[in-house]
Amino acid sequence: MPATKDKQNRPVVVITGMGVVTSLGAGKTENWAKLTAGQSGVKAIKRFPTDGLKTKMAGTIDFMGVEPYSTPALSERLATVVADEAITEAGIGTAGDFPGPLFLAVPPIEIEWPQRFEVAAAARGNSEVGYNDLLRASANGQFSAIHHRFQLGSVANSIAEKFGTKGSPISLSTACASGATAIQLGVEAIRRGETGAALCVGTDGSVNPESLIRFSLLSALSTSNEAPEAAAKPFAKNRDGFVMAEGAAAVVLESLDSALARGAKILGVLEGCGEMADAFHRTRSSPDGKPIIGCIRNALGDAGLEPEEIDYINPHGTGTPENDKMECLGVTAVFGERANKIPMSSNKSMIGHTLSAAGTVEAVFTLMTLRSGRIPPTINYNVPDPAIPLDVVPNVARDVAQLRHAVSSSFGFGGQNVSLVIGLEPR
Amino acid sequence: MADAAREVWITGIGIVSNLGEGPDAHWDALTTGRPQPDTKTFAPYIVHPLAPINFDKQIPKKGDQRQMEAWQRIGTYAAGLALESAGVKGSAELLASMDMIVAAGGGERDFAVDASIMTGIAGAADAGIYLNERLMSGLRPTLFLAQLSNLLAGNVSIVHGVTGSSRTFMGEEAAGYDSLRIALSRITAGQSSIGLVGGGFNAERPDLLMIKEFGGYNLKNEFHPVWQRGAQGGVAIGSLGAFLVIEERGHADARGAKRIARLAAVQSDRSKRRSGDVTASLENLWKKISTRIESGHCAVLSGASGAEPATAEERAFFAQHPDLPVRASGTYVGHADEPSFAMNVALAALALSRGNLYPPFDESGVERPMTGQLRQIVVTGVGHAWGEGMALVEAGS
Repeated sequence: MPATKDKQNRPVVVITGMGVVTSLGAGKTENWAKLTAGQSGVKAIKRFPTDGLKTKMAGTIDFMGVEPYSTPALSERLATVVADEAITEAGIGTAGDFPGPLFLAVPPIEIEWPQRFEVAAAARGNSEVGYNDLLRASANGQFSAIHHRFQLGSVANSIAEKFGTKGSPISLSTACASGATAIQLGVEAIRRGETGAALCVGTDGSVNPESLIRFSLLSALSTSNEAPEAAAKPFAKNRDGFVMAEGAAAVVLESLDSALARGAKILGVLEGCGEMADAFHRTRSSPDGKPIIGCIRNALGDAGLEPEEIDYINPHGTGTPENDKMECLGVTAVFGERANKIPMSSNKSMIGHTLSAAGTVEAVFTLMTLRSGRIPPTINYNVPDPAIPLDVVPNVARDVAQLRHAVSSSFGFGGQNVSLVIGLEPR
Repeated sequence: MADAAREVWITGIGIVSNLGEGPDAHWDALTTGRPQPDTKTFAPYIVHPLAPINFDKQIPKKGDQRQMEAWQRIGTYAAGLALESAGVKGSAELLASMDMIVAAGGGERDFAVDASIMTGIAGAADAGIYLNERLMSGLRPTLFLAQLSNLLAGNVSIVHGVTGSSRTFMGEEAAGYDSLRIALSRITAGQSSIGLVGGGFNAERPDLLMIKEFGGYNLKNEFHPVWQRGAQGGVAIGSLGAFLVIEERGHADARGAKRIARLAAVQSDRSKRRSGDVTASLENLWKKISTRIESGHCAVLSGASGAEPATAEERAFFAQHPDLPVRASGTYVGHADEPSFAMNVALAALALSRGNLYPPFDESGVERPMTGQLRQIVVTGVGHAWGEGMALVEAGS
């Protein structure tokens, strides 16, 4: 029998259910087959015209039948699908009655252009349309559905209602680290003894014109439009930005006690979480890498593991010149001479950057990597960067005899850094 | 594991609103009883604008101020006040171990760009291509960062150096009480020792009035106290910033911090919002703290927004507890979705530290004078659309 408390006498937190959807497909099976085959889900955008845009591709999810599209509508649909897959696998609770809280990483929700145009049309009469006209047309309850749909808490409210999670559902954002923060909040709640289980979900369906243009204006996106599947090039010398993508993942976290008591199959262990905010700049990392280094070290410390015990790294690995350089610096500082011997592959080379969902999606893929002993590759790695002398598992998946512990890192605008340590079995 | 002995205290308060800046300005305005809403600028809508603030005092670099929209400036300013009040401003070591949870909404639009696109789209050959062109050329690259929900926290890190951890909760009013609930739980359980919790809200923006108006929530034409807004109700949104420094008692004492009030409990829930659900939900939250309540010495600081039916259901809850004197701060500062709860906890701590409640401002009978000595305040928060929260704040002994 493994100990149900860790070295710090906290409940051990295990994963008993996982669900995922990305531009590669819906569900773990399809995603894993394509991910380990080195396939890309990135493609030319069909959802809206891309004329005049610098970036014309993304990892969109167009197979979910969400019409009309809006960020909250697609994000909610994706979250529903992955939560259902995770809860079904965990076999926990009963339908519509999940025995724990919901932590949801979700993009900030705001009114989008179709809604703005709809209200503007209702305000017809003026040749010039301004917010006073929109306000005049907003009354009388004709747009009350838009009010509810575009509240920042609307997706969490719906998911809580559908799955019967307990208490007030938490919608959170730590930018591109959000999905990892959702898991961290679940781990903390279980360690506090508040709950035996938590549903942690990251979702993002925000590929719309303005969101794409916002990232584009910050020069964050790849413009390699001629071959979308080859656009995301993490750690390669010719990397030119990240590729926006949609996706979602869910994990059912449980205390080991709870999982054992109900005879649940234990998929893996959420061994530790670490974070450290960066006060250097709104979009750039501190040049000394201290926050990234501190974040990974905090996660290892929380897990009670030494750097030597880490067998795999699932990096943030966005493919922006800045991120990959800083992440290399951080990993090198933490893992020292072993840094270039630890396989470190970026899922984003295939699925793009799923933004608010990335931390959850990549935590799921990290555990699938540990469980299978097969490491998905970093594809599009054709021009090595001598400044990044790491083993990025280039282009082809690799089988490894034994993988026990992995680090999954996520970094975001606003100085957000979160690392998770995931293990295969309770110790 | 949770250690019931770990008390959590409020050691810093940073507040700005329609009433001014800091505890004294707020207390003076509340005790003299003169709300100052603006009924003209956004007529027929009524908002509580921010009192004049010299942002340089807490955000010294103009470059930082330029990178923020108003909601972030208001929040970053209030966070600075809270850190100053707690005596931790500039204490690098403490700030590096400080756990921050911000309750945030979203950012403001560029109204001129939006208006020109809405005007021009009618004559465009292809609406989608036109939108692309106008957004590519019209949007300021840094506007995105001023709109992103988590960038208030990011700015607090940059301007004030808070780096222990940084999390942002969204979800309107629920973000307000859940941010404080989680921060409190973490300290109680030994996962944290000192936290910074709060948010900023700019009410003086037509895009926000628009989404409120979709739901028919805005207070129009004539100002009335929160409890006297009739069957249709009405929300007067208010610009405000509120941050709290909360701290484990031993941690506060070890550094000689002044303990302002004890944060004894924060609870929250999400009712389904069928008729009667809000009243029942508040009653359930009340039951979780009621054993601590000292009858005759406890008051309520309500976060009632004036939205209906939420406010009527909250009033029904108070009707079940006629011995509790109630005040709704929204009459004075207006309603700010995310940071209202932190503001009300701050005002509760302020009242407790002064030892008395401010006078009623209500002719409907909900607010009544308090006769007993004030020792506890229950803070309520009822989301206009969903979510219910409750905190218990206690005076030092």
